[in-house]
Amino acid sequence: MADLAKQVSTGNVELTILGGVSFEVRTGESVAVVGVSGSGKSTLLALLAGLDTPSTGMVRIDGHDLYGLDEDGRAALRGRMVGFIFQSFQLLPAMTALENVMLPLELSGRFDARPAAQAMLERVGLGPRLHHYPKQLSGGEQQRVAIARAFVTRPKLLFADEPTGNLDPATGAQIIDLMLGLNRESGTTLLMVTHDEALTRRCDRVLRLAAGRLVNHD
Amino acid sequence: MNLVREIQLAARLLVRDARAGELTLIAAAIVIAVAAVTTVGFFTDRVQQALTQQANWLLGADLVIADSRPLSPQLKDEARRLGLTAAEMTRFPSMVVQGERSMLADVRAVEPGFPPRGELRIAQRLFGPDRRAETVPQPGTVWIDERLYTGLELHGGERVSVGNSALRVDAIVTHEPGVALGFLSGAPRLLLNAADLASTGLIQAGSRVRYSLQIAGDPAAIEAYRGWAAPRLAAGSRMEGIRDARPEIRSALERAERFLNLAALTSVLLAAAAIALAARRYLQRHLDACAMMRCIGASQGLIVRLHFMHFAMLGVLCAGLGLAIGVVGQTLLATWLREVVAVALPLPGVVPALHGVAVGLMLLLGFALPPLASLGRVPTLRVLRRELGVPNAAGLVGYAMGAVIVCALILWRAQDLRFGLTVLGWSAAAVPAACALAWLLLRGLALLRRRGGAWRFGIAGLRRQTLGTMVQVVALGLGIMALLTLTLIRTDLLHTWQRSLPPEAPNRFIINVQPDQVEPIRQFFAANGIPSLQLYPMVRGRLIRINERAVSEDTYQDDRARRLVNREFNLSWATRMQTGNRIVAGRWWEAAGARSDQLSVERGLAETLGIRMGDRLTFDVAGTPVAGEVTSLRSVDWDSFNVNFFVVAPPGLFEGYPVTYVSSFRLEQAKASVLNTLVKSFPNVVLIDVAQALAQVQQLMDQAARAVQFVFLFTLVAGLVVLYAAVASTQDERVYEAIIMRTLGASRAQINRAHLAEFTAIGAAAGFVAAAGATGLGYFVAQRFLHLDYAPDPWVWAIGVIGGAAGVALAGYIGTRQVLTVAPLKILRQVG
Repeated sequence: MADLAKQVSTGNVELTILGGVSFEVRTGESVAVVGVSGSGKSTLLALLAGLDTPSTGMVRIDGHDLYGLDEDGRAALRGRMVGFIFQSFQLLPAMTALENVMLPLELSGRFDARPAAQAMLERVGLGPRLHHYPKQLSGGEQQRVAIARAFVTRPKLLFADEPTGNLDPATGAQIIDLMLGLNRESGTTLLMVTHDEALTRRCDRVLRLAAGRLVNHD
Repeated sequence: MNLVREIQLAARLLVRDARAGELTLIAAAIVIAVAAVTTVGFFTDRVQQALTQQANWLLGADLVIADSRPLSPQLKDEARRLGLTAAEMTRFPSMVVQGERSMLADVRAVEPGFPPRGELRIAQRLFGPDRRAETVPQPGTVWIDERLYTGLELHGGERVSVGNSALRVDAIVTHEPGVALGFLSGAPRLLLNAADLASTGLIQAGSRVRYSLQIAGDPAAIEAYRGWAAPRLAAGSRMEGIRDARPEIRSALERAERFLNLAALTSVLLAAAAIALAARRYLQRHLDACAMMRCIGASQGLIVRLHFMHFAMLGVLCAGLGLAIGVVGQTLLATWLREVVAVALPLPGVVPALHGVAVGLMLLLGFALPPLASLGRVPTLRVLRRELGVPNAAGLVGYAMGAVIVCALILWRAQDLRFGLTVLGWSAAAVPAACALAWLLLRGLALLRRRGGAWRFGIAGLRRQTLGTMVQVVALGLGIMALLTLTLIRTDLLHTWQRSLPPEAPNRFIINVQPDQVEPIRQFFAANGIPSLQLYPMVRGRLIRINERAVSEDTYQDDRARRLVNREFNLSWATRMQTGNRIVAGRWWEAAGARSDQLSVERGLAETLGIRMGDRLTFDVAGTPVAGEVTSLRSVDWDSFNVNFFVVAPPGLFEGYPVTYVSSFRLEQAKASVLNTLVKSFPNVVLIDVAQALAQVQQLMDQAARAVQFVFLFTLVAGLVVLYAAVASTQDERVYEAIIMRTLGASRAQINRAHLAEFTAIGAAAGFVAAAGATGLGYFVAQRFLHLDYAPDPWVWAIGVIGGAAGVALAGYIGTRQVLTVAPLKILRQVG
């Protein structure tokens, strides 16, 4: 990404949330983005994933200019290459664990959605919980379902937004092990926003943001 | 993804949503709407089909010529010359007597060859096996129907008196063409051989007799005959073919169908409100899901297409279930209306089913899809920032679409553009009025906020969503109004009408009295305790001209006007105006020697037929034109049960024509045996028991009301679905508030009371709106149709408000009690 910036105007005041950020992430690398609240971490993640539009700058994913595509083009690119893990899990309450994991495969028109999703849930240790609804699962279990959903499409790039933010330390540690383990197995590039120092230490590189600007590249 | 995969995915999404209970309300609303529409649709379709299929049988012939005067023999001769079957029938009302029992019967004197079309079936004993009758009753015998048989308490083989003749009952008629129609067909029936007619002595000048010639045969010959007969018919004769059979039944049925359709439509409109509310909730609850789907690769178009297919499937499935309920519902309706319809009904056709499905899909199209279409526009960023919603969620397009669908549904179901526009106009006035009233009530209740405690929280809850609350109040109000109108207001109107009858009102009519019987009958009554029986002369005449303009059925659009000009009027003369009549224009002839060519016309009749003061009316009386000038208009108190006439002249104008006399009197039931003596002494006179006739009308009204109530039951259920939809649409907020209150230390009982207060307020407001609507409707019906001074019953208000409050509080409490029984953390997790 190069010179990525985001400004919003509130009334007459122009507010810079992210100002001219540039960096590159190599295939298979794991990168943590850290910073205090309001430093622009989540905005950066949203722009990198094509969930929001930047005021200026560009993002390239595997050679594709993300903002050269329209909204549906970006969605299609995400469907092909990108996985997500969120702090609040973002599971669909009307669907069971299995159905939640099947959904991205179904949306891409895959015929083997069910066995693939089932295998992935078994991989994350939720084999006995396939037909449970999110509300019947603990926070840690819900995040496992979200991890299974993120990895089931074998994405090249995984974005994670505070994946342990809603979990107690012990569960958080398990989730980190699982996520990084899967990341290594599948050779996925990982870009993660986090406050968790333990998690930061296990990443290849740390990007630190302050007031919307990149302050170091470790 | 190809289309097949999309459909499969949409189906899976449907199953997942349905299983999770996300679609229950929308589904229930569609099911109710389709069930209401198809119940009415199937039923009226069956009756229509019965009418069409039995058109021949109903008529009993391919062509019928009928008149109140004997028909020219030439008509029958020409039919036979053309190779057609022709049989004459003479029909009139008469008392039939057996021992101490007498009944008014519809007598038909028939000749061999009757019926030319269709089947006459008879049985030898009551409820015994029946067979096709090969001929007509032998001279000296009669065939009667079950009602007469049981009414006269016959056991088989007895003789009954018909006029001067005693005839043996030889068979029971189980099916007779020409009367199979049954619609309000009135008196029980008796068939006798035409050869016995003269000896009964019942046909006398001025008697109420209908002569008809029934013809059947080759269609070409029938057409040739029609062409030959048309110019030769006497004025007042009518020729009816299959194509114009029973127009009055068809138009009555069409009116009933329209009314039932509109009753069903109220359920549809409520269902629309429920769907709109439920769709809004669905939208809110699926924003995250759609943002997530967008995040993991779904295009906007795919999301919209998936939801479209998903809801189309839901619509079809629910419509199917609604149809199934409709099939059961129409069976109940047909059972309840059996006495009114009295026709064997064929199986329902496919068209009402298609209509039902169309209504279900239109509701989805108008009320669910516009908000759902906006799901495609959910910002993907919502996965990170939950506060982002859909810009302009339903939007004007959504409301406009809903409004167009509502208008289209009303116009379609009213089945008549003018009627439909009238209903639309009234709705356009009534709905905002109800909304305004609901708004005022809610504002008024809000003023009570400072009373504190649970009540304050409850009332604050009303403001959670003012528009939604208003929709709830109006929708529930409509359901409660339907119930109030059909129960309290209906009985109230009936009582008001009964109270308006003087206690000494006559309860019996005597008609068909011949001039030479006037004095003996007066003496007979005097001897039996009724000293001054007033007998009125009556001649029958058909209105043929107003001034120089000839009038016929085709002159008028209005149904009543067409019926009136089509039949003979009862004309009378008098020197003194009858009690209960009042001159509203012109002057009554005072003196006995007044100009005789004057006419006093009843005001309602004049309005219907467009008759004005000074008009010269010409009547055909026994083939002679008799004319007079309208010199006064009268209002007549028809409810007095006194004998009254539409048209009265001074003595002279109608004298000299065939006349009979008519009277009404009061006779207590205990003395009713006197009437048997009267009928035996004067066999030609016809007695009509008002109480019996009223009981019959009352029974028919009860049945019709039951049918309407049944259709409105769907309205009430739809109203409850609206309540649930409304409760559910604010459920998440309610849960959230309850949790905040509980974490701040509120007890379950306090939250409970707050919810109860909120629902009680909604219910009371809905009950108030309903009572206002029902009272208004009752007043309108009383003034417009019954001409009664209606004093609204205060109980309507009390029951409306208290019943509404209690009912809604209970339903709302049941809907929200889970909020209180689940641990706050668990709910927080669901909401979060």
